[in-house]
Amino acid sequence: MGVLEVKNLGISFGGLRAVDDFNLAVEKGQLYGLIGPNGAGKTTVFNMLTGVYKPNDGKIMLDGEDITGRSNIEINKAGIARTFQNIRLFSDLTVLDNVKAGLHNQKEYIYSTLTGILRLPRYFQAERAMDERAMELLKVFDLDQEASYKASNLPYGKQRKLEIARALATNPKLLLLDEPAAGMNPNETQELMDTIRFVRDEFHMTILLIEHDMKLVAGICEKLTVLNFGQVLSCGDTSEVLKDPKVITAYLGE
Amino acid sequence: MSFISYLLNGISLGSVYAIIALGYTMVYGIAKMLNFAHGDVIMIGSYVAYIAISNMGLPIPVSILLSVIVCTVLGVVMEKVAYKPLRQASKLAVLITAIGASYFLQNIALLLFGANTKSFASVVNMEPIQLAGGQLIISGETIATVVACLVIMACLMTFMKYSKAGHAMLAVSEDSGAAQLMGINVNATISLTFAIGSALAAVAGVLLCSAYPALTPYTGAMPGIKAFVAAVFGGIGSIPGAFIGGILLGVIEILSRAYISSQLSDAIVFSVLIIVLVVKPTGLLGKQIQEKV
Amino acid sequence: MKKLSKTAKSSLITYGIVVVAYLVCEILMKTGHMSSLMKGILVPLCIYAILAVSLNLTVGILGELSLGHAGFMCVGAFAGAVFSKCTAEIITVPGLRFVLALLIGIVCAGICGILIGIPVLRLKGDYLAIVTLAFGEIIKNLVNAIYFGIDKNGMHFSLKDSMSLGMEPDGVIIIKGAQGITGTPTDSNFTIGTILLLITLFIVIHLVHSRTGRAIMAIRDNRIAAESIGINITKYKILAFSVSAALAGAAGVLYAHNLSTLTALPKNFGYNMSIMILVFVVLGGIGSIRGSMIAAVVLTLLPELLRALNEYRMLIYAIVLIVIMIFTWSPGGIALRERYLPAKLFHKREKEVQ
Repeated sequence: MGVLEVKNLGISFGGLRAVDDFNLAVEKGQLYGLIGPNGAGKTTVFNMLTGVYKPNDGKIMLDGEDITGRSNIEINKAGIARTFQNIRLFSDLTVLDNVKAGLHNQKEYIYSTLTGILRLPRYFQAERAMDERAMELLKVFDLDQEASYKASNLPYGKQRKLEIARALATNPKLLLLDEPAAGMNPNETQELMDTIRFVRDEFHMTILLIEHDMKLVAGICEKLTVLNFGQVLSCGDTSEVLKDPKVITAYLGE
Repeated sequence: MSFISYLLNGISLGSVYAIIALGYTMVYGIAKMLNFAHGDVIMIGSYVAYIAISNMGLPIPVSILLSVIVCTVLGVVMEKVAYKPLRQASKLAVLITAIGASYFLQNIALLLFGANTKSFASVVNMEPIQLAGGQLIISGETIATVVACLVIMACLMTFMKYSKAGHAMLAVSEDSGAAQLMGINVNATISLTFAIGSALAAVAGVLLCSAYPALTPYTGAMPGIKAFVAAVFGGIGSIPGAFIGGILLGVIEILSRAYISSQLSDAIVFSVLIIVLVVKPTGLLGKQIQEKV
Repeated sequence: MKKLSKTAKSSLITYGIVVVAYLVCEILMKTGHMSSLMKGILVPLCIYAILAVSLNLTVGILGELSLGHAGFMCVGAFAGAVFSKCTAEIITVPGLRFVLALLIGIVCAGICGILIGIPVLRLKGDYLAIVTLAFGEIIKNLVNAIYFGIDKNGMHFSLKDSMSLGMEPDGVIIIKGAQGITGTPTDSNFTIGTILLLITLFIVIHLVHSRTGRAIMAIRDNRIAAESIGINITKYKILAFSVSAALAGAAGVLYAHNLSTLTALPKNFGYNMSIMILVFVVLGGIGSIRGSMIAAVVLTLLPELLRALNEYRMLIYAIVLIVIMIFTWSPGGIALRERYLPAKLFHKREKEVQ
């Protein structure tokens, strides 16, 4: 049984069929790539998986649990976390607080509003535990030195990393990365590839990512699904998919 | 019969709101700011007309023209001095500046004209029309206001649709950055919008004070707020929306004053606004914008 | 940890400012160095400071523009005053009566905050601003139309006039429409006001620096990202909004018990008041709790200090508003102050914001 099983997923906007009959199976611990030309519907798939859009047809199973049609908050609680194509950080919060916000729903750190206002012992205990956990995560991404910076003051590459750290803080079963290398230079991309691999190994994480950078895709993804005009064009092991003439045509044209 | 006459009063008051709301909505569409001082421009316009007519004895058309000119200049100057430096500033900073400008105008008027109420003489000398054997009387002010509102509406729509400056306004309101790159003079367009909005405010002020003659430095504040409500009601940024919103607001206000409670008429007007916005969050004719994920 | 002690230090400074200001005022009063005009303004200073700090929770921390804060103050004021007037003869200990009135005012305003917040907080930006303004005006209007009395048969309500209450001769009319409530026991004083301000600061500062505050600020900074990490947007928006409303209610109770006559006028509970509080928040620095408090005090004192200038004072106030905004926000103003003022004055906040 895979961590994520998607069957016949479809959505229309007005008369436009944005995604049709989309199937996907991601195994635990896999690094899975979702690629395709611009406008193919990749981000729409992410938005359906995370509950931003409600799919018109199909089924999404996470770890054997049907999560189709749930709100994005419930889906996050069920175990899917994501990053965004255009970075969405809590820009006026500190780097540390961004990650602590990600810990919001973790049982061991929850305390009530009143506990917070009255500063009961639970507050100090939970906050201290949160600080420790958040610093651990920041260390993974080499952000611990910048913990007290405002998130918007981080350089671009580090903002992307912080977004991943924040997503991981929600303790997901599946991590979705939407174009993590967008806007990065080759060095930064290389470093990002190492980080993604490290996250997968260190946290035993299952990762599904959208990416245009073929070097990154070929370098770290084990399996690929190619989307074109809302439909699956090809799917399988990375090396084979990238050789598929249909895929090459879709990317390069006739 | 009394219902029809209340209705007409409502449409008349609504027309004034509509004229003010047009100014509000145009400025909002272009500069993306709530010009809180708009209501006070109305008041200044009324004072200018009052002084021109009562103190200087100028003929009425000249007085109205003078009032329009003064308000136009005032609007443009206000924009240049107070709002233009804040184009890139946070929305709240601009709002506070507009509030400052509103206080400024009110207190200038207080200093210049004093706190006591001036009795504004109507600029409309038209005989009331009697219908249904004298049971239904339509005052000259009502007719003048409604006609003025319709004419202004038609002119504005034509202007926006066919003139080059109108197209520039639409472009700036859609995306001022892109408009600038296309060679549109954004600053001049914004100034023009303020000029038109303030000129409309002067007309509205004269009409408002012809129907409700008491003039004080605070005369403009509440109609300004109500017109703003009308603009939001109809969908802020939309010219037909401002018109519909203004008329509806005026009718609701007069009818609830007549049939429910004069004390609670404002509360009823505002409740309707809240209900409309809760059901349709961008107003009756407003555009729905969804944030893309 | 280092960071924790930093926020703790910052809040201690805030409390310290209040306590020192209180002591200075008390000493001036005891030694007879304070004019009666100043004495009269002490409680209002506390009221405005509480209002500004509480509005900052909505505007600065939640990031939503509200122009109806005076409406919640009005609810608190009338709820508290009705309670105090009804129980003036039953509860003879002023302190106890005030505390109970305070609780009632806070609860009523808080409930109003929830009731308004649920439908309205879906709206954004200027739409929310105008709806909250509308709400404030509705409250003011309603309060002006209510007639309420008590006699041996119980309570009587009317929206028409005092005759239509149909009261027994022994009955007492509590709210007389536009004439409001007269004869409220004046239970509040400067000390109580200061204590209330300290409590407000305590609540708001601790709320901001907690799990809840982090969630609220996350929503402010990026709603979609906040949802993606499982933060319940509606819950926290309404929580922040209603806490803000409840604290405004507390300020209202304080206001009602500072005067023996309570009427809802445009001046005290209208949108102009809401705007004035917003001005405090913006000038004090959006999101800065201490700033809101200081701005409230300074800007309330400013027109009083300018009283010698008489009719020019409000004009000067208006100009000061515009000039400050242009000075702090316009490109020219920023360049000017970077050249002539030590950077620390304006830029120290950069890293400090939590």
